Amino acid sequence: MKKPVLEVNHLKTHFFTDRGEIPAVDDVSFYINEGEVLGIVGESGCGKSVTSLSVMGLVPNPPGKIVGGEILFRQLSGNNNEEDLVKVSKKRMRQIRGNQIAMIFQEPMTSLDPLFTIGFQIIEVIKNHQRISKKAARTKAIDLIKLVGIPRAEEIVDEYPHQLSGGMRQRVMIAIAMACDPEVLIADEPTTALDVTIQAQILELMKKLNREKGTAIMMITHDLGVVAEMCDRVVVMYAGKVVEEGDVRTILKSPQHPYTQGLIRSLPKMHERESRLYSIPGNVPKPGSITEGCRFAARCDQVFDRCYKEDPELLTLNEGHTCRCFLYQKEGEALHV
Amino acid sequence: MIAYTIRRLLMLIPVLVGMSIVTFAIIHFIPGNPARIILGDQATATAIANLEEQLGLNRPFYVQYFSYVFDLLKGDLGTSLRTNRAISTEIWPHLAATIELTMFAMIFAIIVGVNAGIISAWKQNSWFDYLSMIIALIGVSMPIFWLGLMQQWIFAQELGWLPAFGRGNPRDPVETTTHLYIIDSIINGRTDQLWTSFKHLVLPGIALGTIPMAIIARMTRSSMLEVLRSDYIRTIEAKGSRPLSVIYRHGFKNAVIPVLTVVGLQTGTLLGGAILTETIFSWPGIGRYVYEAIGTRDYPVIQSGILVIAFMFVIINLIVDLLYSYIDPRIKY
Repeated sequence: MKKPVLEVNHLKTHFFTDRGEIPAVDDVSFYINEGEVLGIVGESGCGKSVTSLSVMGLVPNPPGKIVGGEILFRQLSGNNNEEDLVKVSKKRMRQIRGNQIAMIFQEPMTSLDPLFTIGFQIIEVIKNHQRISKKAARTKAIDLIKLVGIPRAEEIVDEYPHQLSGGMRQRVMIAIAMACDPEVLIADEPTTALDVTIQAQILELMKKLNREKGTAIMMITHDLGVVAEMCDRVVVMYAGKVVEEGDVRTILKSPQHPYTQGLIRSLPKMHERESRLYSIPGNVPKPGSITEGCRFAARCDQVFDRCYKEDPELLTLNEGHTCRCFLYQKEGEALHV
Repeated sequence: MIAYTIRRLLMLIPVLVGMSIVTFAIIHFIPGNPARIILGDQATATAIANLEEQLGLNRPFYVQYFSYVFDLLKGDLGTSLRTNRAISTEIWPHLAATIELTMFAMIFAIIVGVNAGIISAWKQNSWFDYLSMIIALIGVSMPIFWLGLMQQWIFAQELGWLPAFGRGNPRDPVETTTHLYIIDSIINGRTDQLWTSFKHLVLPGIALGTIPMAIIARMTRSSMLEVLRSDYIRTIEAKGSRPLSVIYRHGFKNAVIPVLTVVGLQTGTLLGGAILTETIFSWPGIGRYVYEAIGTRDYPVIQSGILVIAFMFVIINLIVDLLYSYIDPRIKY
C-alpha cells in the first residue's frame, strides 16, 4: 500500500478584494501518493493554480489567504513525520520550498530571472538548501543541465535565459526544480506555452524523472491529452471545488460528472468527423458569484430543480471514485454505478 | 562589453564636436558687435578694436572656430575678462566644489530614496509606504530655498549643530591638491579638517539632495512593484530563497534600470550648478561662478562654464549607459 506524501484536506483559499471575499479554492481535498502522478484538471479560473500556490505557501498575500483546512506533508525520507504546511513557520516553509516540494510554472519565457546566468539560478537553489562548495555546486548544475537533456551543458551554464528557446527554458526550470531531489514536484501547466513537439519532449522528461527518481508529480493542466499521457489519478475541479476524482482510466473511459463528461466530449476525435466540435455552453462563473445550488447548474445539460437550490456533496461511487452530483444520489444515499 | 565601451566612446566624438560648435556660437550669436556689448555703450573705438584683436574676432569664422577647438584640446579655455586669469585654472576649484556637493547630495538621495522605495514596494499599502510616499511628495514639491533657510535656522542657528555657510573654516584653510576638500583632507592626513569639511557638506547636501531623493524613491517604488509581481520573482520564492535575496539581489537588480536613468539625469542637473543652494549656503560652486560671470558679461567664462557643464552631463550619461549594459546582459547596441 502506497502512502500519501501530500494530503490536502478541506483547503479554503480566499481572496479579499474590493468586491468582497472571493473563495478561489473552496473546501478542496485530495492526496498524492509517493511516486504517483496526480492530474488536477479544469478550465481556466477554476482554482487549480491557487491550489498549487497554496501548497507552496506562495499565494500572494494580500489579497489571498488560506482561511481553512490543512496541507499535510509527510517526509518519506528521514523520520517520516507529518507537518501541516498551513501552520508551519515561514522559515520552515522556505526550507521545504525548492527542497522537498518544488514547482515549475506555465510561462517558461518569463519564469527565469533575465539578469542572471542559467548556472547561477540553478546553483542558487542548491545553495539555499545544502552546504556545498562553489565548485561542487557548479558541477552539480552542469549535471542537472545534462539530466534535463540540454546539449552543450558546459556552455549553457554560463548563458543567460534570453539566449535559450522556450522549451530549453522549461528544461532549465525542471533542472532547478529537481536540483534538491524533491519528493513532490508541482507542475502548473508546464507545457501550455510550448509547441506540440516540445510539449511531448517535456512530458517525456517529467515521466522519466518520475520513474527514475520516484518524484511524485502534481500535474495541473486543462489538457486531457496530457492527463492520459502522464497521470495515474485525476482530480477534476470546477469553480473552486473538486467535482470528480478517480483513477485515470475511470475518469477518461466512464466519467460520471456532467462537467467531466463535457470536457471529454470537447476533445476532437481522430476517427469521427463532426461539423462542429462540442463545447460546454457558457463560461466558468466568476469565483464567488454563485452562492446557492450546484456551481455547474447553469451550464449543465442534465440539470434539474434541486441543482439550483442545494449544493451537492462529494459522493463515493466506487472505491477511489468520487463525484459531486445529485444524479447519483437517491434519498440521501450514494448510488453505486 | 569592451567592444561596446569602445563603440560608446567613439559615439562621443560627434557629441563633443556639436557641443564645441554650440558654445563657440554663443559669442557670435550675440546681436551686434560682441566686443561692443562686452565693453558697454561708452567704449571707445580703440578699446573695441583692442578687444576684437584680443578675442580674435577680426579673423574669419572658421579660423576662429578651429583655433578655439585647438585651444580646447590643449586644455585652454581662454582668459576671464574680469580677472584676466586663465579660465582653466580658475574654473576647477568651482567645479570641484560642485562635484563634491553633488556627490554628497546624490549619495544621500540614493541611499535614502532607494531604500525607502524598496521597502514601500515590499510592504505596499503599509503605514511605512504611505508615510514615505507622503514625505516624497512633500520633498518633490518643496522649494529648495525655503528648505535651505529652514535647515539653517534649525540646525545652524537654533541648535548650532552644523555650519550654515561655506566649505570649511576660513581661518584654517584646507591645503588643496584636488580641491575636493574631503579627498584633500585625507591626503593631508587632517582628520579634523575632514570632519569640518564633512559637516559643511551636510546642510547644503541634504537641501540639494531632497528633490532627487523624492524622485528616486517614487521611481524605485513603482519599478519594484512591477518587478515583484513578475513570474521570475515567484520562481525565486519557490526556490526557498530568503526575502532579502528575493528583494535586493533579484528584485532591485531588475528594477534598477529606470532608477539609474533618473539618477543620471539628476546628477547631471545638479552638476550644472545649483545656483539657489550655492547662493543660500555660500557654496563657491560652478553655478555661482557662471552666474557672476553673467552679471559682469564675462563671455569667455560663460562660454567655458556651459562647455564644462555640458561635458559633465555627457560623461554622466556615458557612465549610465555603460552601467545599463553591465547590469542587463540583453542590452547590446
